[in-house]
Amino acid sequence: MNKKILLSLFGMMALALTACGGSEATKPGVEDKSVGAESSGVGTGTGVDGKTLDAKGKADLLAKRRVYFAFDSSAVDDESRAIIEAHAAFLNANKNIKVVFEGNTDERGTREYNLALGERRAQAVDRIAKLLGVSADRIKTVSYGEEKPIALGHTESDWALNRRVEIVY
Amino acid sequence: MKTVQQLTTLIVAMAFAGYASLASAILTIEITQGVDGGLPIAIVPFGGAGKEQPPQDVAAVIEADLARSGRFTPLDKKMFVARPTDDKQVVFKDWRIVKAEALVIGNVKSVEQGRWQVEFRLYDVFKEKQIAGYSYVVAGDRLRAVAHQISDIIYEKLTGEPGVFSTRIAYVTREGAAKHFNYKLQIADADGYNPVTVLNSVEPLMSPAWSPDGTRLAYVSFEQRRPILYMQNVVHGSRARIAEFNGINSAPAWSPDGSKLALTLSRDGNPEIYVLQLSDNSFTRLTNHPAIDTEPSWSPDGKEIVFTSDRGGKPQIYRMRADGSSVERVTFEGEYNARASYSADGKMLTLVSGAQGRYHVALLHLQSSVLQVLTDTALDESPSFAPNGRMILYATERSGRGVLASVSSDGRVRQLLKLQEGDVREPAWSPFITSPPPTKE
Repeated sequence: MNKKILLSLFGMMALALTACGGSEATKPGVEDKSVGAESSGVGTGTGVDGKTLDAKGKADLLAKRRVYFAFDSSAVDDESRAIIEAHAAFLNANKNIKVVFEGNTDERGTREYNLALGERRAQAVDRIAKLLGVSADRIKTVSYGEEKPIALGHTESDWALNRRVEIVY
Repeated sequence: MKTVQQLTTLIVAMAFAGYASLASAILTIEITQGVDGGLPIAIVPFGGAGKEQPPQDVAAVIEADLARSGRFTPLDKKMFVARPTDDKQVVFKDWRIVKAEALVIGNVKSVEQGRWQVEFRLYDVFKEKQIAGYSYVVAGDRLRAVAHQISDIIYEKLTGEPGVFSTRIAYVTREGAAKHFNYKLQIADADGYNPVTVLNSVEPLMSPAWSPDGTRLAYVSFEQRRPILYMQNVVHGSRARIAEFNGINSAPAWSPDGSKLALTLSRDGNPEIYVLQLSDNSFTRLTNHPAIDTEPSWSPDGKEIVFTSDRGGKPQIYRMRADGSSVERVTFEGEYNARASYSADGKMLTLVSGAQGRYHVALLHLQSSVLQVLTDTALDESPSFAPNGRMILYATERSGRGVLASVSSDGRVRQLLKLQEGDVREPAWSPFITSPPPTKE
């Protein structure tokens, strides 16, 4: 199966999951918790089951390094906010790590306007991370506008993948 | 891996000498829509006294130039009853028979080692008189340039407007596979020939803008992994960073007198339009709005600047005085209007106009405020006027690839300029070139 289809399937699954109210956290996966906690760096072990599940959820979110946007918009939806919160928590727990938020757009419209729009998206993520306590000197933002698409086609599903902020460590 | 990317390899063509011969990719022009009713012109194959064949068929270049403009219909040579190469051989009756209104004859002779003499004459068939006649002596590799100059003279004598055949175009190519793209900023003759690479980079390049004298290009390069503005002398290849503040440094636009650049900086946190005075390197902020303000472009008299802003919710074109005062919105039709630039007479703007997710090249007639959509392709961008205002060059997508296209400002003539491989985008039509283009001697 090609990567593009896989990615868009993944996107649809993620949407479906958010639509039915965070069922992600309730899926079976107790076996995975140490792995998840390890990679997220938040497995300090509070001993409370609920917290452990929460950490697992954060680990899944932490694995996501891209947040997506609607056309000509820099509004951060709930799903993206959860991803950014997970990364902010990770950054707050690992004070020596720095991050770059790279704003991107789809190819529609003009390149210079899109460069500005990409910056606005990167700043939207940056603002949330700072509100969550990540210090400004650890964050860089950059816009690539429409210059660095990940999907090279010219359809709505390609464009949806390209309207994104990349969280780069 | 990132460090490798940061060590972006850049090859700046320090001199044009010899470099053109290395350029493999050439833009080819396909006329996708022509017109009937161009002025019928007979272009007789040029004669030559010597045995040596000139390296260029000068008459063929002239014919292609004039046909491409859409304002002439070169006549089929099979209809010609005579093939004069000399003034004495011209019989006007022969040309009235084939309904030619104008006649071009000439010859190309080898005069000395590697040098050629080109002579041409242009006649008005009905008035039975010569309108123009010139002689040039040039090296073989300048024969195309001479042909374009002759086309310009013919065009101007017969239409009353200057021709643009001797102008050049700048554009950006992208070649290679995903994650290993290679970008080139190139300059070619207006017909796509003689491409020269000005800059080669593994990171994106955008927004080339010609200085009014045609000697420099300002452009945006991501070679430092962020958008930084450069200025490069296209004759010598020397270049300098002109804006590298935090955030966006982009959208360069030269003032008509070449003393200033309008540009977009987000150093204060939000994209705003500034003017850079080149003599003292000072920046003056013109806009002050939390919206996106970008894509400035000067009116030909230098008194006004149009720009794109989404201060009304969606991107639209606004106009202000060159000092930033008296901001007013100029586009009201359509959901998305962006990247406007003026025609040479200041009466029109060409811009990208979007509706229902489709983005077309359009003209805004400033007096009447009529917005006229010129194209029916969906992903059009970066339109720029030819310096005589007759054609608009823009980027679009064809069969999944980036191509350039041009459309006459009356919408009747259309052409496609494409590479054999890879994408081409970000076209910018040069001004009339006042200094001679670089030669390869």
